[in-house]
Amino acid sequence: MILSTQDAANNKNYSPEFAINAKNLCRNFGQLAAISNLDLTVEKQTIYGFLGPNGSGKTTAIRLLTGLLKPTSGQVNVLGCHLPQEANKLRLKIGYMTQKFSLYDDLTVKENLQFISKIYGLTAIEQKSRLSELLSTHQLTQQSQQLAGSMSGGQKQRLALAAAVIHKPKLLFLDEPTSAVDPQNRREFWEQLFDLCDQGTTILVSTHYMDEAERCHKLAILENGIKRADDSPQVLMNNMAAQVVEIAANDLRYIKDKLIALPQVISAAQLGTHLRVLVKKSEANPVALLQRQSCIKATDKLAIVRPSLEDVFVSCTGQGVAR
Amino acid sequence: MKTSLLRIQAIVTKELLQLRRDRMTFAMVIMIPLVQLLLFAFAINTNVRNIPVGVVDHSQTSLSRVLQQTVAATGIITFTHSYHSVKSAQKAIDSNEVRAVLIIPKDVSQRLVRHPSVGFGLPPSSKQETSRPIAQWLVDGSDTVIASSIKSLRNMPLVELLDKPANRNTPTFEVTLLYNPEQRSVVNIVPGLVAVILTMTMIMFTSAAIVREQERGNMEMLITTPLAPIELMIGKIFPYIFIGAIQVTIILGLGYWLFNVPFNGGLAQLAIATLLFICASLVLGLVISTIAKNQLQSMQMTIFILLPSILLSGFMFPYEGMPLPAQYIAEALPATHFIRLIRGVVLRDVDVIEMNFDMLWLIAFTCFGLLVAALRFKKTLD
Repeated sequence: MILSTQDAANNKNYSPEFAINAKNLCRNFGQLAAISNLDLTVEKQTIYGFLGPNGSGKTTAIRLLTGLLKPTSGQVNVLGCHLPQEANKLRLKIGYMTQKFSLYDDLTVKENLQFISKIYGLTAIEQKSRLSELLSTHQLTQQSQQLAGSMSGGQKQRLALAAAVIHKPKLLFLDEPTSAVDPQNRREFWEQLFDLCDQGTTILVSTHYMDEAERCHKLAILENGIKRADDSPQVLMNNMAAQVVEIAANDLRYIKDKLIALPQVISAAQLGTHLRVLVKKSEANPVALLQRQSCIKATDKLAIVRPSLEDVFVSCTGQGVAR
Repeated sequence: MKTSLLRIQAIVTKELLQLRRDRMTFAMVIMIPLVQLLLFAFAINTNVRNIPVGVVDHSQTSLSRVLQQTVAATGIITFTHSYHSVKSAQKAIDSNEVRAVLIIPKDVSQRLVRHPSVGFGLPPSSKQETSRPIAQWLVDGSDTVIASSIKSLRNMPLVELLDKPANRNTPTFEVTLLYNPEQRSVVNIVPGLVAVILTMTMIMFTSAAIVREQERGNMEMLITTPLAPIELMIGKIFPYIFIGAIQVTIILGLGYWLFNVPFNGGLAQLAIATLLFICASLVLGLVISTIAKNQLQSMQMTIFILLPSILLSGFMFPYEGMPLPAQYIAEALPATHFIRLIRGVVLRDVDVIEMNFDMLWLIAFTCFGLLVAALRFKKTLD
C-alpha cells in the first residue's frame, strides 16, 4: 500500500523549478562543523527526506533553510528568496513544525489555531472557515475546546501540523514530526502529508525512522553534517555498494562476532532468527565467501536478499565500519 | 500596519487567556498589593514608641521614682527591667533584653536643684562644676532610629518633677507642617508603596515573559512566523498595564478608606503619572527578559532592581539625605521619579506638567528600553 502511493507520486510531472536550492552550505558552531558543503536541490511538490542519526545535522540543516540560522558560508535560495537577507519575506511562504511541541499547552486547540492565524494575518472571515476546515481534516473537531497540554502525542502532532499549514504555505518543514507517536498515528500523518503534497505543497521532513524515510520521494542521508547519498529510496537501494546475505543459524551472536572480523564484511546485524550480513559489492560470490568460514555449519541456510533502506543507511554511513 | 495591529492583538489575547488560566498568578495580582499595604501601612512607623529600657537606680529616693515616672510619661520608653549595677545593665543591653538603660546617680537631688531648668542654682548654675545632667542614658546606638528617639529626651522639660512652672524658652523658629500636620508616617508610605509594589509586580511579570516562552519551546515556533520583535514586545506589555492600574486602585483606595490618606490631586493627573511608570517598569522587565536565560535568572535580576528601588528611591529614606553617588543611582531608577510624581499629585495636588522632568524621564526610559529590548531580541537562533 505504501509503495502504490509512492509510485503514483513518482509518476507525477515535476515542475522544473526547485523549491530549495543550496550550494556549498556550511555552518560551524565554534570548532564543530555542524553542516559541511551541503548541496541540495528539492523539486517542487515532492516530499524530501533527511535521514540521519541524532546529531547528524538534520535540525541545523532545516534551520539554515528556514533562515533561523545564518550559514557560515554558501548560498541558499528557498522559494526564490535569498537567505539570510530575505528571511523575513520567506516566513509568510513557509510552515515549520518543530521537533518539540511548540504551541501553547495552556491554550485550547481552537485558541492556539486562532492565535497562529492572527499572527499570519488571516481576516476574521478567512479564519473562521479555515479553522473549521483544518479541525475536520486533522480530526480535531471534538478536541477543539481541549487544552493542548492535556492531549495525547498523536493529537498534539495533528494540531502542530494544522498550525503549520494554517496559512497554506508553499513549503513545509517538518523536524522529526513523528518521534512521539505510535505507528497507527504515523501512518495517518503520512496520508495527510501526501494529501498536502498533492495540493501543491513541497515538504521537507527529517527523520531517523527507516519506514518513514522510505515514503519520501527523495532522500538525503546525512552523517556528521555531510551528505552521504541523495536519491529516491528505490534508486538508493538498487545502487547500494553492498550485497545482503541472510543467514539462518543457531549461534547467531557467535557467528556475528566471527564474520564482522572479515575485511569484506561491512556489517552484520541480528534480526530475530536471522543474521543480516552486508558484504562489499566487489566480492563476486558473497554466499560462497561466507560458507567457507569455519563458524558456518553446512546445515545453516544462506541466501542473497533484497536490500532494505536500513542496509543502504548502514553501507552509506560509518555505522557499519564500527566494530 | 493592519496586519501588525492584528498580530499585536493576537499576542494580547493570548497573554490574557494564559493569565486567566493561571489562577495563582491572578490571585497574586490582587493579594500582593492588598497584603503588602496592610502590612507596611500598619508596621512602618518612624515615630518610635514604647522602647523597652532598664533602670539602675543608685539613689532609691522618691525623687528618683518620680523621675522615672516622668520619663515614662513621654510614651517614648517603657521601663521593663531594673538592675543593681551598671555592669549588669550593660550586659542586658548586650543581650538585647533592653535597648537602653537610665542610670540615676546617688546625688540626683543635688544635681536637680542646681539644674538650670529648675533655676535654684546659686551660685550661677551655668558653671560646669555646679551644674551637671541629673542622670545618664546608656543607649544601644546601633539602631539610629532608636538612638535618636532617646536622644530627643535629652532636653525634656522637668516641670512635673518639682511642681513648678518651667522657664519656657521662646523657640528660635516657628515650624508649620504642610500636607501632613499630624506627622502620620502612613501618609508618606502609601503613595510610595504604589511605586514599590508596581516595581515588583510589573518587572516580575514581564521579566519572565520572553524567558518563559523560550523555556517552554514556544519561541522556536514564534520566530518562524512573521511576528516582528517590536510587535511581540508591545503585545506582551499591554495586558499588564491594566493589571498595574488595578493594583494602583487597590492601594490608593484602601489607603484612602482604611488609613485616611488624603487624596488631593486630580484622577487624570494620577492616571498619567501611573501609566508612565507602569510602562517604564514593564519595559525594564522586557529588557531583563531578553538578557536572562531562564526564569530563575530573570527573578534574580528583578530582585536586583527591586532592592535599590525600595531603599534608594525615597520610599524609605529621603533622597536628599543620600550621598551623591547613591543619588545618581536613584536617579536612574524609574521608581525614584514616580515616587516624586505620585507624592506630588496625591499629597500636594501638583500638576504633573509642573514636574515635567520626571515625566519626560519616564517617557524617555520607556522608549529607550523598548528599543533595546526589540534590538536584543533576535529573530535568529545564532
